[in-house]
Amino acid sequence: METQVLDRTGLGELVDALRGEGYRVIGPTVRDNAIVLAELDSAGQLPAGWGVTTAPGRYRLRRRDDEAVFGHSAGPQSWKTYLHPPRRKLFEVNRTGEFTPAPEDDTRYAFLGVRGCDLAAIAVLDRVLGAGANPDGSYQRRRRELFVVAVNCTEPGELCFCTSMGTGPAAGPGYDLGLTERDGGDRFVVDVGTPKGAQLLEKITARPAVEDEVREAREDVAAAAGRMGRAMPDADLPAAIREARESPQWEEVASRCLTCGNCTMVCPTCFCTTTEDVTDLTGDHAERWQRSASCFELDFSYVHGGSVRTSGPSRYRQWFSHKLGTWHEQFGSSGCVGCGRCIAWCPTGIDITEEAAKLVAFPGGTP
Amino acid sequence: MTEPMVPVPYRVAGRVVETADSVSLRLEPHGKPLPEAKLGQFMMLYCHGVGEVAISVSGPGPTHTIRAVGAVSRALHDLRPGTLVGVRGPFGTSWDVEDAAGNDIVIVAGGAGLCPLRPVLADVLDHRGGYGRVVVVAGARKPDEFLFPHELASWAGRHDVELLQTIDRPAPGWTGPVGFVTEPLAALELDPERTRAFLCGPEPMMRACAEILLAKQMSAHHIRVSLERAMKCGIGLCGHCQLGPLLVCRDGPVMDYTVAGPLLAVKEL
Repeated sequence: METQVLDRTGLGELVDALRGEGYRVIGPTVRDNAIVLAELDSAGQLPAGWGVTTAPGRYRLRRRDDEAVFGHSAGPQSWKTYLHPPRRKLFEVNRTGEFTPAPEDDTRYAFLGVRGCDLAAIAVLDRVLGAGANPDGSYQRRRRELFVVAVNCTEPGELCFCTSMGTGPAAGPGYDLGLTERDGGDRFVVDVGTPKGAQLLEKITARPAVEDEVREAREDVAAAAGRMGRAMPDADLPAAIREARESPQWEEVASRCLTCGNCTMVCPTCFCTTTEDVTDLTGDHAERWQRSASCFELDFSYVHGGSVRTSGPSRYRQWFSHKLGTWHEQFGSSGCVGCGRCIAWCPTGIDITEEAAKLVAFPGGTP
Repeated sequence: MTEPMVPVPYRVAGRVVETADSVSLRLEPHGKPLPEAKLGQFMMLYCHGVGEVAISVSGPGPTHTIRAVGAVSRALHDLRPGTLVGVRGPFGTSWDVEDAAGNDIVIVAGGAGLCPLRPVLADVLDHRGGYGRVVVVAGARKPDEFLFPHELASWAGRHDVELLQTIDRPAPGWTGPVGFVTEPLAALELDPERTRAFLCGPEPMMRACAEILLAKQMSAHHIRVSLERAMKCGIGLCGHCQLGPLLVCRDGPVMDYTVAGPLLAVKEL
């Protein structure tokens, strides 16, 4: 299907049509002074006229001088909240040894407003959770049912570096529909990625795009590539990190790191989990739950006798080295997509791009 | 597709007390059995309402030898015959003992490290003609902390097994060597070309033993080690068992020393 154009009414119809198809529509909305991801009843809940300003350790809403709904960079949440939920029951069991898998939640999600970085993050999770010898069937099901409305970026934020990670500002592949917001939210140029996307688009009021508006939209997205607030150094990071395993740099960064784990919570690809066992008061009925975990937790690496990684430097090194280095060996790509969340939500403003640059420039530690 | 995080029920069919804090539990399927473990693989054992731990297979059945060191291992240790446990697996890599056919075998075990190596020795002895010398170096802190004492006694009585047992500190009634396993290992005369070594025990022990074998001109490719890391899933999904580029549940627990050596040399990796 050729490129189409929606106006604001069409965007509303898009949300309604997805809901009509039985999807729970998840998209950005303003709550608690942030642009969060939540279930949307209508396009009216999108953050019209809101943007954000970000800096290391800083995130603030700001009023825009237009009514754009996608005129903001990444917020504190990412789509993993829905695809790889922070808490999930695995099974129930009674004393007679009947293990009952948790009933499969049959929610079908439609994600509205997935950036290039975050679409790449979903592809990373696909490789980690969905492509191994023993994939997470629950993740695979949610992923299979997912409808993705992506958004191309024309206004990268201060902490964005998707260009250098090769994940944006143009979104894709991997979307059903791809929007480019025009004229402060008056129009949306729509690229169709899949037959499923085309079928949905047929249900809503759209018109074929004219050549100029498609060209201008593409040019704006391409130009955004040059306006990233950050860049990951163009270097063989896995090799640099491998070489720097015993660099004094880890001590230096750890002197600023609180090992709070915020970076792992906001990261759209951090996937680690742990398990919790609960019983009723009689002890006859037991359940096992899976919940998010962080490599910054002291007991993350606990084996009998103690934890492998007790020091702050070793825990920061684990997170950073995994994200940018060993992820390649484990799952065939970087674990970083350049969204900048870990920089904004680090209470002490540690900047992953800056730390990577130091490691590349001074493998033996900063002078 | 079966849910890889949901255990299947097994019954404790036999319980043998090995030491003051260790037992061997022989398990029998309470329904459909899981695939048979390859030598060196591990299972995730779930104790009702308490939790789940990764335990290597120490014998047929499967049999698991458990030392009571934490909440879950203590609960498993205390299970009576007839009790149900949950089992997932088998997971991980194997010792690939068959690749060592035709060669001399050196097995070095420290403490509970003997558990995943017992099936290796059993397999080698089942195919005794297929191997050259068979040397077992086993260490324990105290004489009564040796696991599988009856088997150790039977191996000691065999003319085709060289069993070297050592304890960390002198103890009443002990007439054998005193010291770490590194000492009898260092004193061994080996043919480095035709020796294959299998090591399991505390990491400092494995590193020290591997260094001794390397100094005897053995190739790191011919030294296999079995590692322990925190594991919540056993199937490469939870992230806990990372060791540098490795997921120990997936790329281990057994690996050769060319891979493990440089990683174990880095503190807190």
